[in-house]
Amino acid sequence: MTNGRFGDFGGQYIPETLMNEIHRLTAEYEHYRNDPEFTAELDALLRGYANRPSLLYFAEKMTRDLGGAKVYLKREDLNHTGSHKINNVLGQALLAKRMGKTRVIAETGAGQHGVAAATAAALLGLECEIFMGREDTERQALNVYRMELLGAKVNAVTSGTQTLKDAVNEAMREWVARTHDTHYMLGSVMGPHPFPTIVRDFQAVISKEAREQILEREGKLPAAVIACVGGGSNAIGMFYNFIGDSSVRLIGCEAAGHGIETDKHAATIAKGQTGVFHGMKSIFCQDDNGQIAPVYSISAGLDYPGIGPEHAQLHSTGRAEYVPVTDDESVDAFEYLARTEGIISAIESAHAVAYARKLVPTLPESESVIICLSGRGDKDVAAIAKYKGVTINE
Amino acid sequence: MSRIAKAFDHGKAFIGFVTGGDPTLDKSEEFILEMLRAGADLVEIGIPFSDPIAEGPTIQAANIRALANGATVDGCFELARRVRAKTDVPLVFLTYLNPVFRRGYDKFFADCKNSGVDGVIIPDMPFEEQGEAKPIAAKYDVDVISLIAPTSEARIAEIASQAAGFIYVVSSMGVTGVRSEITTDLNAIITQIRKVSEVPAAIGFGISTAQQAREMSKYADGVIVGSAIVKLCEKYGADAGSKIYEYVKTMKEAAAGS
Repeated sequence: MTNGRFGDFGGQYIPETLMNEIHRLTAEYEHYRNDPEFTAELDALLRGYANRPSLLYFAEKMTRDLGGAKVYLKREDLNHTGSHKINNVLGQALLAKRMGKTRVIAETGAGQHGVAAATAAALLGLECEIFMGREDTERQALNVYRMELLGAKVNAVTSGTQTLKDAVNEAMREWVARTHDTHYMLGSVMGPHPFPTIVRDFQAVISKEAREQILEREGKLPAAVIACVGGGSNAIGMFYNFIGDSSVRLIGCEAAGHGIETDKHAATIAKGQTGVFHGMKSIFCQDDNGQIAPVYSISAGLDYPGIGPEHAQLHSTGRAEYVPVTDDESVDAFEYLARTEGIISAIESAHAVAYARKLVPTLPESESVIICLSGRGDKDVAAIAKYKGVTINE
Repeated sequence: MSRIAKAFDHGKAFIGFVTGGDPTLDKSEEFILEMLRAGADLVEIGIPFSDPIAEGPTIQAANIRALANGATVDGCFELARRVRAKTDVPLVFLTYLNPVFRRGYDKFFADCKNSGVDGVIIPDMPFEEQGEAKPIAAKYDVDVISLIAPTSEARIAEIASQAAGFIYVVSSMGVTGVRSEITTDLNAIITQIRKVSEVPAAIGFGISTAQQAREMSKYADGVIVGSAIVKLCEKYGADAGSKIYEYVKTMKEAAAGS
């Protein structure tokens, strides 16, 4: 692998000012990923602090209701901080400390990565600054306050579309200005090498556990694993240890917003083209001039115009399937899961639930599917109420 | 001798920058001609991009203004053609990689040649990622300008030894924008460049005052000014021409040591 390529995708398309820093990060990561002391410390935190392993929950009512394959939920929503993001930030925070950094910066969309980053920083004694699009600070105001409670400084980004893409821009600008004491704790499997590899490795624990758990429960592999995809961190985590199992379908659910036939979506694979942005060659929603397109989703965490390079490769080789799921379908699935299983999931994860509702009835009862329930939905309750036209006095 | 080489063969060069289409293509043409009248030796034209990650607030805002006013990549080539019809001063595009990639390397660099664009500066295409674009640029006699940063250290020799056109020495950490103080040991960086390369080196990022231009041209073959000129575009809009002329004249004199 040269410069972190996944087939044609990946690479290190960043300003010269960052090149030595990113080379150093690559070398340090290569060292520590094989360092027994480092991996033991991370493992202890994952078990003792983040509440791993996460449950593989058999959704019996949902299975009965859908009438087809057995439905299992990989309960990343039960992790400390309420999403899969904690897996990555604990790893990166330990790495940052080993590298002698005293400060971390991070972008966030829905706020789940920001909260996780602020949590890891608080735990490990690192200064923390979060970049979040102004629009997202409004639709996820509760998470802003959570980050501040955890001691982080939250910068509302007012450039561009004021969402996740712009938060990444601003975090990169901050990092270019200050590398000597600062690690950029990227939250998804995107950006320049080595980030797509680092984040994937730290998230791969999801499928490592899920594969063992399903084999124990069912005695065979699932027919499919399903996850929502923005940048793609929970999806790659859910896919990774199944990539070699050719019988297991890997299904990523993209945010189709108002529908991929409209201009209000964030469905990168369905509507994007190959390009170079945010440090990587991958697939991006863009116009004929190569301008990055403004994207839309009800879910702040999926509201991103690109996808990680490993997903671009899994798509181009046909190993994984990527399907669009609309706002309406996701809200419907959000409510369905709450009523059927008593689980309020993140609106991001509800995209995966929505597609599972279509797929599961087409599969025989002898099969199983695993949905990655990447996060819990407390943060989304107010937005869903608003979407449904319900007024809540907070 | 290439047009870029000629720009550096008569003393210290002044390099000015405008964002193409800010506020309109006609005005960009006028501003460039004003810069040339004031003595600019090379002009950088920024191709507006939706997400210019290496730019500070001033040039970000110029990108937004230009795109809002309908600037396109085609329009920037048209601007270059119009300027080239009136001058032999070298023209260089500053662009992010995606607009180049999207157009297709072959078409982009062929269009450069046909429009009289002599080089490209692509801030998000570091040395290691130049392999795809550079041979195609070379086929059309377009120089891919290399950047060297305060953090480049051991990379300096590698980058400089393969540089073409001129070397863009980034004065400071961070993004573009006016700075009151430049603390990098630029003399040391230029000395390292000189050990391996004869290609002219110009310093940019943060330079806005005549005093800074004088100081920088002690070490370098030229100074690059972007944000300070774009600020004039921001402040005076369509009427910025005469202000740009006055400003560039002062800066050119300072850089040239007169």
